[in-house]
Amino acid sequence: MLKQVEGSRAVAEAVALCRPEVICAYPISPQTHIVEALGEMVKRGTLAPCEFINVESEFAAMSVAIGASAAAARAYTATASQGLLFMAEAVFNASGLGLPIVMTVANRAIGAPINIWNDHTDAMSQRDCGWIQLFAETNQEALDLHIQAFRLGEELSLPVMVCMDGFILTHAYERVDVPTQAQVDAYLPPYTPRQSLDPAEPVSIGAMVGPEAFMEVRYLAHVKQMRALELIPGWAEEFRRAFGRDSGGLLHRYRCEDAELVVVALGSVLGTVKDTVDAMRERGTRIGVLGITCFRPWPQDAVRAALAQAKQIVVLEKSLAVGLGGIVSTNVRTSTSGNAQAVRTVIAGLGGRPITRTSLERTFAQALDGTLEALTFLDLDHGVVERALAREREQRRSGPIAENILRDLGVVGARIS
Amino acid sequence: MAYQPLKFYQTGTFTVGNRLLPPDVRSVQSTQRRTNSLNSGHRACQGCGEALGARFAMDAAMEASERQLIAANATGCLEVFSTPYPETSWQIPWIHSVFGNTAAVATGIAAAMKVKGRSEVRVVAQGGDGGTTDIGFGCLSGMFERNDDVLFICYDNEAYMNTGVQRSSATPATARTATTMAVGEAPGNVFGQGKNLPVIAMAHEIPYVATATVAELHDLEAKVKNAMRIRGARYIHILVPCPLGWGHASQDTIRIARLAKETGLFPVFEAAHGEVTSVSRIRRRQPVEAYLRPQKRFAHLFGEPPKLEVIARMQALADRNIRRYGLLEPESI
Repeated sequence: MLKQVEGSRAVAEAVALCRPEVICAYPISPQTHIVEALGEMVKRGTLAPCEFINVESEFAAMSVAIGASAAAARAYTATASQGLLFMAEAVFNASGLGLPIVMTVANRAIGAPINIWNDHTDAMSQRDCGWIQLFAETNQEALDLHIQAFRLGEELSLPVMVCMDGFILTHAYERVDVPTQAQVDAYLPPYTPRQSLDPAEPVSIGAMVGPEAFMEVRYLAHVKQMRALELIPGWAEEFRRAFGRDSGGLLHRYRCEDAELVVVALGSVLGTVKDTVDAMRERGTRIGVLGITCFRPWPQDAVRAALAQAKQIVVLEKSLAVGLGGIVSTNVRTSTSGNAQAVRTVIAGLGGRPITRTSLERTFAQALDGTLEALTFLDLDHGVVERALAREREQRRSGPIAENILRDLGVVGARIS
Repeated sequence: MAYQPLKFYQTGTFTVGNRLLPPDVRSVQSTQRRTNSLNSGHRACQGCGEALGARFAMDAAMEASERQLIAANATGCLEVFSTPYPETSWQIPWIHSVFGNTAAVATGIAAAMKVKGRSEVRVVAQGGDGGTTDIGFGCLSGMFERNDDVLFICYDNEAYMNTGVQRSSATPATARTATTMAVGEAPGNVFGQGKNLPVIAMAHEIPYVATATVAELHDLEAKVKNAMRIRGARYIHILVPCPLGWGHASQDTIRIARLAKETGLFPVFEAAHGEVTSVSRIRRRQPVEAYLRPQKRFAHLFGEPPKLEVIARMQALADRNIRRYGLLEPESI
């Protein structure tokens, strides 16, 4: 059914259609509307049977999900930013225990300085946690990915993180097609784990493993993720047949046929990138887009194949590996190693900085004429940076950078144009 | 509801031979019904109070729940000595997640059982004092506050024994640990710090809070059974001496635990909805010195000359407990 709803509402309805049995909620912007909507459904009795638990922290949220999932209940939670970091220990534990929890991450920056707006630093910080990480481009895809996530996770016995851009998607009202309960029931069988906490069949879960077997355990976790790479395209295809939409899968290619320059990105920024590419194509520029839907496991071969023809590659990413540069681009380079392609990193949109078509066009043009540096920061205010650096050269100082810079900016609202 | 201690003074000790009791009041542990929830063959140290406490507590909980029990376990000695992969001593469904989240994991299990209509299955969470009073405190307080249907059992050996005897917020004043060294002007742990978890649990006004020691195992079993008769958040705090960390002989675990109670340093009581409902009175009051002297963690108090002032401060703590909980028989005051 077509609906004009907020992204968070769309996700909440998708999760509800998946018949979750335990939902744990802890408030952090910008994911709050999702669990609020689910909580209301549980309280009204329209989502039943389901336990909605208001916990005291994100660490507890993931831990309650761990207990519920280990006891064979379908468990869901949502978080963002600091919340994801606060639960990090339990996040690793959930994948280590093979519990197919589904969690929405409404992507948001990490402090300090505290910032509630969108970038991908939160999800990227957990890229090696053993979860499957899927990135939604649109609200429709966010909705669809949640349905796929339960299926994926439960078949592979792995937790799945569905990442959607905070505010840009979670708070945007868009038209989405919400499937029927019958459609979702047909696609998603009930959760029946091979092993669970049950007095009828006692098992010990979470034993201590020493050097004699730990390597093998970790290797098998890797193998399981590699198997996910093989299975995800098939499940996306099955989803397409059942729901009539292309959603999920490993990658999305856009106008890549004869592209000289391919821009790699993930999340909602792909929309802006595609608009930019359309405009440049009209002027005869051979440019295309590679959207990464499945970031973990990393689709090594698929990315390599998708980029094979490109002479230039620009990776546009909303996170920064401080002291290195790009995280996604480092992954892309592993896929293109041995090729003579230049992979350039453009860090953009940190802490919610708008990514505009004008800036993207300028950047892509620079890439094509060979003047784009290996690592650039889109729309960085060099004046502010230089003044801060000059002050530091004058007087060595410790402490935070933010307050130092805010002095130069004056009234922040007056600056946003 | 409170367990009535049976006085068999003719044995010359405080022990109660089960053969002298009618079958219906014998301990679960002495019957063939016992489930050996924590089976033999684990790697606990000789004289481990925690292994003893856990065995009695879990078998009593199994009996009370008619074997419909799931346990969540914090990281710590109990977890490490019971599940060295690929072996396990647990004959009940058991999960270990991480150090600080045991109460929340138990909440998740209880929620799963509720949503599946299996309310006959009961959930126990257990951990040491570190996993309860320090790193696990946030999740524990949340579980209490929501009144989730979980019994949390803390096996308190008053320090982080698994990592090599470091101070926790349950470590008593003056005790030597690896991080409260027995050196300097005020050796050992300082006075005026630490958490009283049973009292904090009571402040949550949960339906049931109790303390117990491994010296009175009938009482311990009775309290576990009492807790299992109730729904909602419940807390039992069991003092479990640690021969390694406390520095006493491994055969003295029971004796030391009894002295903790008989000196008044560890009050044994039950509480319901924030109010103390019963107290195990001291039977033969002992000076704190009797408890402190056999333990190497207090050895710095008994040098030449002994630190009488510090011992007096410990005695004052015991006396305050005796006043606060009414630990003496009325006629002996």
